[in-house]
Amino acid sequence: MGGYTGEELTAIFLMQGFSGLSLFCVFLLMALGLAIIFGQMGVINMAHGEFLTLGAYITYLTSYLASDVWPFLFDYYFPVAIILAFLGTFILGYLVERFLIRFLYNRPLDTLLATWGLGLILQQIFRSLFGPREKSVVMPDWLMGSYQATDMVDIPLNGLMVVAITILLTIGVFILLYKSRWGIKVRATTQNRTMANAAGINTDRVDRLTFALGCGIAGVAGAAFTTIASTGPTTGSLYIVDTFLVVVFGGAASLLGTVASAFGIAQAQSILSFFLSGSMAKVITLMTVVIILMFRPQGLFASKVRR
Amino acid sequence: MSTQSVVKASWMDKFGGRGKLIQILIIAILILGVLPMVADIFRLNLYGKYLTYAFVAAGLVLCWGYGGILSLGQGIFFGLGGYGMAMFLKLEASSPENTAIQSTPGIPDFMDWNQITELPWFWEPFHSFPLTILLILTVPAFFAFVIGYAMFKRRVGGVYFAIITQAIASIMTILIIGQQGYTGGINGITDLRTLMGWSIQTDFAQYVLYFACGIALILCLLVGQYILNSRYGQLLIAMRDQEDRVRFSGYDVANIKIFVFVAASVFSAIGGAFFTLQVGFMSPSFVGTVASIEMVIFCAVGGRLSLIGAAYGAFLVNLAKSSLSESFPQLWVVAMGALFIAVVMLFPRGLAGLVSDYATPVRDRLLGLFNRKPPAPKADAPKPESARLQKRDGVSIGSAQETH
Repeated sequence: MGGYTGEELTAIFLMQGFSGLSLFCVFLLMALGLAIIFGQMGVINMAHGEFLTLGAYITYLTSYLASDVWPFLFDYYFPVAIILAFLGTFILGYLVERFLIRFLYNRPLDTLLATWGLGLILQQIFRSLFGPREKSVVMPDWLMGSYQATDMVDIPLNGLMVVAITILLTIGVFILLYKSRWGIKVRATTQNRTMANAAGINTDRVDRLTFALGCGIAGVAGAAFTTIASTGPTTGSLYIVDTFLVVVFGGAASLLGTVASAFGIAQAQSILSFFLSGSMAKVITLMTVVIILMFRPQGLFASKVRR
Repeated sequence: MSTQSVVKASWMDKFGGRGKLIQILIIAILILGVLPMVADIFRLNLYGKYLTYAFVAAGLVLCWGYGGILSLGQGIFFGLGGYGMAMFLKLEASSPENTAIQSTPGIPDFMDWNQITELPWFWEPFHSFPLTILLILTVPAFFAFVIGYAMFKRRVGGVYFAIITQAIASIMTILIIGQQGYTGGINGITDLRTLMGWSIQTDFAQYVLYFACGIALILCLLVGQYILNSRYGQLLIAMRDQEDRVRFSGYDVANIKIFVFVAASVFSAIGGAFFTLQVGFMSPSFVGTVASIEMVIFCAVGGRLSLIGAAYGAFLVNLAKSSLSESFPQLWVVAMGALFIAVVMLFPRGLAGLVSDYATPVRDRLLGLFNRKPPAPKADAPKPESARLQKRDGVSIGSAQETH
């Protein structure tokens, strides 16, 4: 790293840190849903990326409707789009659980294959409906521009928006899982299905809602995603391998671990990519994660659930 | 065949009995006799390409179907084998005379384009053909051993293993694409013409390579059949169904898993090497996550519990893929997705399961008409342990009848 003064290095870390922050948000938004589905239910949902893509396309459609059909609503479409994206993916997730996942609970490896197939089909549907080219949403004025923190630092507003959504969603998931009655039911089902059943919890229903909720969160993630990047049919699947690594690295059932590992992986990757090529930064980061996982398979924050 | 002595029969049992050997004979006749007669050389070369995937599928039967270890990274080993062969062929194609117009003659063209002036050290061994063959077999085995040792000794398995192997496949693709100067990047290693001075592009050469690939596949199937019917194969099944019990009986479960994973990786690497020879290039698209998971589906369609079925599966899925994707590219993606779901939901034992459920009873009845005595097919496969195929983390296929 010769040739950089300490001051410059600090500036580099700051700048790359900001760009890492948006990668962190994408990872975390996707990982939140996965952490629920994989961490709590033990189901591998390889189609998770497609749920994100679906949320993004729903947001795109909403923005399109708002700008072309009801221009007076345009400024306010984004919150509506988030709700619609959540509902759309929630319903699809519910149906997928009802007709596919339900039959495969004791066969996680088979779930993996089936959801991969589902992902392929969804991708092709997106390609047929929206075309292979990437779509960008038209953003309302209040999301454009940037916030001038200091002379040097310039934070784009849409980036801030994504960070805000990520924080809110993370807090929401935390409260839902650890502070609500529903969360108690979910955790009870995870820890001991038979006993949960005996205690009067309708575990089938809990499963269905847990899965649908995980998918719904992916939908919200998709809506947030549209503000920082454009959406193509394979957008979500680009992140799926990384995201699974994030969840496993964090320790599957630990929400805090997921946040920490998403942050670590995203920041490492983005800071390294300043010094190396982008691909080498990714290779080194992922390689490190894989090697750490080989020594510590339970991840950063080991869950206390007996498996 | 019916007059064979008892001594001979025990020899056959090492490969799963007479029935299995007859099935292998049938597939050998199909590959080495029927296909070359009905197909022209262009088609036959394509079929040869499909057969290279049968190596991978057979390896997956060993480690996934029998070992319960789903590897989503078989493309890594396929790629290591394929790239090993491609590096040898590329060096031969880049002799100083052939590359005289480059600024550095004697190195592969893509290195020259990337301003590399010296052959990297890891390319050096690939000047020698025996060394290349050795590396094609040992490098994937070594990688598989390291991955397997690290994971299985710590009792990582099931979905974690699948996710981590998938991540490694993804890393390997990024690495190959990123290090263009050393690996040929996204285009891969192309323009491969001769094998030790012998052109691999003529019709005759393609026939020879096809037959070599077919014979190697039959040998691999026999080896796989031998492994499964050895004492070790019984342990493998026992471990998949009741891992703890095997562990408590004093076996090191990790070693069994490592062995089967290494065997599967070597199978894949052999397939990869034949792929390069027959197709004439190697690229990262045959290494990555998508390619690797497709290899799993070849195995699943054929039947994850049948080596021979997996070979048929690899061939048929690829045949369907190229004929469908030529005419309806969009339909193919949907069909592939549907295949993933259907094979899991509707016929988890694949084609081999369908055959043993529907075709075998019919065959036995027909044979019974001639023999007028009860057929004795039950002798050809040891079945007691397969009656219950429930596994803690996955492969529950739950039916008494199945093929070894």
